[in-house]
Amino acid sequence: MEVVLTAAQKRIMEAHGEASYPHEGAGFLLGRVEDKRVVIEEVFPAPNQREAEARRNRYEISPHDFLRAEREAAGRGLEVVGVFHSHPDHPALPSAFDREHALPRFCYLITSVEGGKARTTRAWHLREDRVAFEEDTLIITSTEEEA
Amino acid sequence: MMATIRIPTPLRSYTGGQGEITVSGQTVQEALDDLLRQYPDLQKHLLSEGKLRSFVNVFVGDEDVRYLNGMETPIAPDARLMIVPSIAGGCSPR
Repeated sequence: MEVVLTAAQKRIMEAHGEASYPHEGAGFLLGRVEDKRVVIEEVFPAPNQREAEARRNRYEISPHDFLRAEREAAGRGLEVVGVFHSHPDHPALPSAFDREHALPRFCYLITSVEGGKARTTRAWHLREDRVAFEEDTLIITSTEEEA
Repeated sequence: MMATIRIPTPLRSYTGGQGEITVSGQTVQEALDDLLRQYPDLQKHLLSEGKLRSFVNVFVGDEDVRYLNGMETPIAPDARLMIVPSIAGGCSPR
């Protein structure tokens, strides 16, 4: 699977991860699924609903925010295709907790944030048998090409 | 008139792409049982050890059934149910 997003969208996710540090920051990916490719059209941050003491290694987005994102996507002829979140001072690898809570067919973008600075973003999806994640190829298009 | 269950986007590949499924039943449990009878592939993503996964929420209208009578919540013949995931994760087990 390939995940395509622009450098500007990537920067929005990184900035959200940095602004949320030392807590986890998260949000939705809106876009289109094309055969073996997910094309991200928009990223938008969502509030982390977890209690303050848990936000360092947990995020949760409320069902109401999920419904809002689905409506927003439908209004633009898009779908909610995935979720992004940050791992403060941890690598951009999905944890067992991520896997337990993951949805099939969703694209998960994880950004490691070390000492408040975004480092690496990697793309993952849950295997159909829910036993593991598989890594996707992240394709970053330049912002200039968009203009 | 029959009840309907709204399916969130990532699970629609298990319902033949349909976003709304017509179900029969007089309670939330019966409606979900009917949904899983029709689309058994949904089961592993909705249930764990026979119970709703912790991040799977079922709404009747605008109300989360956890704040009603849970799976035993009675539903009207034309009720509109929604399956809505809480999106959750985090970087370490601790």
